[in-house]
Amino acid sequence: MNKRLLALLSLLVIASMALAACGGGAPAAAAYECTDAIGCVTVAPGDPIHIAYALTVSGATASLGEDSKGAIEIAIADRGGELLGHPIELTGEDTLCSAEGGQAAGTKLSADATIVGIIGTNCSGEARAAMPLISQAGMVMISPSNTNPDLTNPDHPDSHPGYFRTAHNDLFQGRIAAEFAYNELGVRKAATIHDGSPYAESLQKVFADVFRELGGEVTAQEAINVGDTDMGPVLTTIAAGAPELIYFPIFEPEGPLVASKAKEISGLENAILMGADGLFADTFPETTGSAAVGMYLSGPYVDVNNSAYGEFLAKWADQIGGVPPSGFHAHAYDATNMLLNAIEQVAVVGEDGTVNIPRQALRDALYGLKGYAGLTGNLTCDANGDCATGEALGVFKLSQAEVDGAWPPPVFWQP
Amino acid sequence: MQSLKRFSWTDIFMWIVGATLLLLIVIGSTLTLQQGKYTTVQWFDLAVFGLAQGSVYALIALGYTLVYGILRMINFAHSEIFMSGAYLGYFVATSMQRNGFLQENPLLGIVLIFLTAMTTSAILAVILERIAYRPLRGAPRLVPLITAIGASFFLQYTFRGLFGTQNRAYPEIDYIRGAIPLFGDFQIQKIQLVVIIAAAVMMASLAFFVQYTKTGKAMRAVSEDKNVAALMGIDVDKIIVRTFVLGASLAGAAGVLYCFMFRIVTFYMGFIPGLKAFTAAVLGGIGNPPGAMLGGLFLGIFESLGPTLFLDGLGIPAPYQLKDVIAFTMLVMILIFRPTGILGERLSKTKA
Amino acid sequence: MSTQNRFNWQKAIQLGGIAGLIGVLIALVGMVESFDHRDIVAGAISMGWTMLLLTVLVAAYFSASHQPSKSFSLVASGITGFIFSLVMSLLAFLIENLDLRQILVNASPNLLKILTLENGIPNGLISLIVISTIFGILGGALYILPAKIRKAISLGLGMVAFLGLMEDIIQVTIASTGSGNSAIGWMFGRGTQSGLSIIGAIVVFGVVIGGNLLWGTNAPKINAQVSKMPPNRQRSLRILGYGLILLVVLYLPVVLGLYLTEVVNVTGLFILMGLGLNIVVGFAGLLDLGYVAFYAIGAYTVGVLTSLSGQLSTAFEWNFWWALPVSIFICVMAGVVLGIPVLNMRGDYLAIVTLGFGEIIRILALSDFLKPHIGGSQGIVNIPPPDFLGVLLNKPQTLYYLIVAGCILALFVSQRLRDSRLGRSWKAMREDEDVAQAMGINLVATKLLAFATGAAFSGLSGTILAVKLGTIYPHSFALLISINVLSLIIVGGMGSIPGVFIGGLLLAGMPELLREFAEYRLLIYGALLVVMMQVRPEGFWPEETHKREFHEDAPDVTPVQEAA
Repeated sequence: MNKRLLALLSLLVIASMALAACGGGAPAAAAYECTDAIGCVTVAPGDPIHIAYALTVSGATASLGEDSKGAIEIAIADRGGELLGHPIELTGEDTLCSAEGGQAAGTKLSADATIVGIIGTNCSGEARAAMPLISQAGMVMISPSNTNPDLTNPDHPDSHPGYFRTAHNDLFQGRIAAEFAYNELGVRKAATIHDGSPYAESLQKVFADVFRELGGEVTAQEAINVGDTDMGPVLTTIAAGAPELIYFPIFEPEGPLVASKAKEISGLENAILMGADGLFADTFPETTGSAAVGMYLSGPYVDVNNSAYGEFLAKWADQIGGVPPSGFHAHAYDATNMLLNAIEQVAVVGEDGTVNIPRQALRDALYGLKGYAGLTGNLTCDANGDCATGEALGVFKLSQAEVDGAWPPPVFWQP
Repeated sequence: MQSLKRFSWTDIFMWIVGATLLLLIVIGSTLTLQQGKYTTVQWFDLAVFGLAQGSVYALIALGYTLVYGILRMINFAHSEIFMSGAYLGYFVATSMQRNGFLQENPLLGIVLIFLTAMTTSAILAVILERIAYRPLRGAPRLVPLITAIGASFFLQYTFRGLFGTQNRAYPEIDYIRGAIPLFGDFQIQKIQLVVIIAAAVMMASLAFFVQYTKTGKAMRAVSEDKNVAALMGIDVDKIIVRTFVLGASLAGAAGVLYCFMFRIVTFYMGFIPGLKAFTAAVLGGIGNPPGAMLGGLFLGIFESLGPTLFLDGLGIPAPYQLKDVIAFTMLVMILIFRPTGILGERLSKTKA
Repeated sequence: MSTQNRFNWQKAIQLGGIAGLIGVLIALVGMVESFDHRDIVAGAISMGWTMLLLTVLVAAYFSASHQPSKSFSLVASGITGFIFSLVMSLLAFLIENLDLRQILVNASPNLLKILTLENGIPNGLISLIVISTIFGILGGALYILPAKIRKAISLGLGMVAFLGLMEDIIQVTIASTGSGNSAIGWMFGRGTQSGLSIIGAIVVFGVVIGGNLLWGTNAPKINAQVSKMPPNRQRSLRILGYGLILLVVLYLPVVLGLYLTEVVNVTGLFILMGLGLNIVVGFAGLLDLGYVAFYAIGAYTVGVLTSLSGQLSTAFEWNFWWALPVSIFICVMAGVVLGIPVLNMRGDYLAIVTLGFGEIIRILALSDFLKPHIGGSQGIVNIPPPDFLGVLLNKPQTLYYLIVAGCILALFVSQRLRDSRLGRSWKAMREDEDVAQAMGINLVATKLLAFATGAAFSGLSGTILAVKLGTIYPHSFALLISINVLSLIIVGGMGSIPGVFIGGLLLAGMPELLREFAEYRLLIYGALLVVMMQVRPEGFWPEETHKREFHEDAPDVTPVQEAA
């Protein structure tokens, strides 16, 4: 008892000393007068300009995070790792594709006042939980792959100042998929499957709504659980409605399981399979095997013949190795460049090389971005933070070549 | 004790809940069948899917039940043993695919894949037993459970670290692909037939092994009473290791069968089948190998048929999302009315 | 073991081999490479190498402990280090000559570079061998040093490693208190470097060793003085202590800053759940693997009742403070309803059925079936933060007080329950149900009360989670949470209330602090659970009855005198 008490007392003494020490530090005198409404970041000579990522780099969605992270690293390497004569420091947090992970990462990043801007998050749920803090800390965050419409809906409480995205939202992609199925393929009966993720559920809902609106019939809106492997039963049930097309905007490994099983179900042998950008990854055709041949995927489209994109892929192969594992690398690359450009644009460089970055001005510069020629097209941000062009979306058709390892597939149709 | 228990309000509550659920099932099934939305062929297909999946559950469940019978512990890491076999089998399968061996000698190739997987699983199980479980003999019940949970995480993420995060797929082996026509419109996928038959053969040989061989008899003796078995000259540690090897080989084989059906291997692939298999083991009566087999098949078929049969008629959207709800509800119901599983547990009366 | 004074070759080589295998595993799992850029001491030693060298150090220490004399110990530890380096060299050699990457993704040329210190195969390997052997001998030296000094050195090294790991958090926290980095800047790496600076490391090491030795010599004196005081003085000292604790607790978020407060909050939610599960598993002995169900029910109740999103079928839009008691009441009822079916089940049947309940609740929350009412996979968004007398609890620092209040309440309730008649009934039931019933304990009521109380705490935790996140998704209520809470109370010590706090700090707080380890978190978590169960199965702060159970051979009456 006494020992514990004693330990406690000493802890208190140490704590109070630490407090006193913290309080006593002299404030650094700054020559630059910061007049920005939400403050400035001051980078002393030799110190790095600090940007961060908040991506899902572990777990089942790791390929999404790795894809964006690689693109950010390339964008930084493109500038020789320097901005305005300062090294660029990139740190990051894993967001785990969950609200808890997003909040923890968001809190940690927003606590670090040296951070100028953040590239992230991958999953929309993370952004909802992270953004209030990040916005309050005065930082900007540009997401390469949040697709939930709420985030840039000014009437929704989950939209916050300082939030931008280069990804298209679900309303757009779901509509394109439905229009493609109805108008281009001439399909009149379709079924959908989602996996209980907010992304897939919302995408299939938009698809189903638009498809009905166009005059088609949705025979079933089924769902599976993440981790399911036996897709036979659910597909047999779907087969009862005899759909001509099955739209399953889900992820790996459930996506390949659905695709390869569908071909074995009597009544679905000839059904057209269609997925979305969640399956737009080089591993998908490989794991699906022959069943992937003839399948359609909607996803972010970047013209492979676009020389800038070709260069980007070459850099990827050189610096990171292989090909990008998912579909949002171009969005992340554009996001990073937008951020770095905006910093360059608003930064005030002192005589000794000190850089001051006013935060509100940085936000304003991004809101005012017009016609930036990125990999995903000409990006213009609106007042809600939506910078996606909508140009960068297409429908792809997989063939035997992709199953044998070619990636990305050729674009089949564009809106 | 059980029989002497007086009738209480909790029993009435449970009977009401049970009756309500049963009523719902009956109404739902009747409505579904009345709608006539699904053909007989489709019902047959559903049952076959369930049977194939159930066979795999049964094979894994045997591993749980064998270990439980002897050590009274839930070997949570058994699901990772299942995964490890499938994973190493993948590397052999792809390399054989690449040099054409698998296409030329499909049968031999398949046997090799099985051997690799079963050996891997068995080795891993022996290591696990030696390092993690053996020092804990005689510890309170929760300690081995937590160890097993820890080992499960450790193995899962070690595999993730060693072999990477990406999903990999077994090669498509033409030898076991395609459908076999039965009478009329009925047909069965070759692979499903293979899985069902292979599982049945393995389960039968296990039953034979446990019943008639010397090791099998020793296993039963150890599960009855460790101390007496030791007095009878049985090397208890050795028998425990053999039990682990046996259970693990079955899990490894189940892993390969599973991958022949679904092709995809991931580091977390063991978790859900493992959970289901354990449910199956409890369902059938834990510590009871025939019970585990029955429980596995039962669970597989219920998962496959249940959602459509019970829920579709009630107008519940996306019934397959709820298949685990059906599985677990059934487990609870069976345990309430038959507290030791369908076939009853086969454990000695002495407390663990 | 045959003779007392012979050099134990076998052990030295065996331990070296084991250490080597562990090293290879660490390398191939990818930890060495991922943490190569993360320095513990800037420019001197990376985290990846720290792990390898720590392995050598520990193995050599044990190797030394198996030898009969001091000189033998040094030699043996050197041999262990040497064998370790041989195994690692073999790995390097294999990477160089075979394309292992096809199967083992981390066996990359980059790993080879790190292992050989960028010096190529022959030269680099020699330095690897030399370094490992030296560290082996250091491990042995650590063994033969007197216990006092050994403890001081280990603490010093541990502190350097800890501060090096926590460097970014410490810097950010101190910077946020306003004094800027200048006061402590010299301690840490400059610019893009990470970890402590070399001077910083030396200073930390020195201060810790000095402090430890000083404390070691003076602590007994101070202790003796305190115990010599008259009882009433001691009591007032204790009250003073409690008062000071309270002050610290209230003041904590100001000191900790944004992020560390967030970590405390997350830990607090887990402690709250742990206190509840401790009643169910620790006191009453009912193994519950579906505890997350009540966490979910609490969160969803408050979500449905307070959400302003307008996306659910019924918009209650209540105030949080109205929803809170309702939510807890519903959890209690859920505890009873889910408790009834399992009344007659024991042990592992109970475990699997409760696990099933947890999954059922999660899947129902996720399902399209209940989507109109509770949001399905889109979850419930726009849950407003609680308003406490005009203060909006929407920041970690303000939410902190809500969580602390919850924890104190739960702490008080469990402490009182433990010592009550009900608490003793629970313990009796835990030890033997049949005997407990024979002694006149009403098993039905006792079990249901345990489930209900546990559910209430978990529900409270879930309720706070909902307002903390502002959005809830079914994915937040996975089985992993149940397992984590169970592990937490077992690591802390089953049935022990202080144990819950320790377990919470270790299994919820530490992983949150070590976010960097992201992809290796569960790997380390699993390994730690296994090791912990082997080394200290009764937990870090075991309850008295449990401690006795684990050491049944030891005489019952000897008071355990812990070393200072």
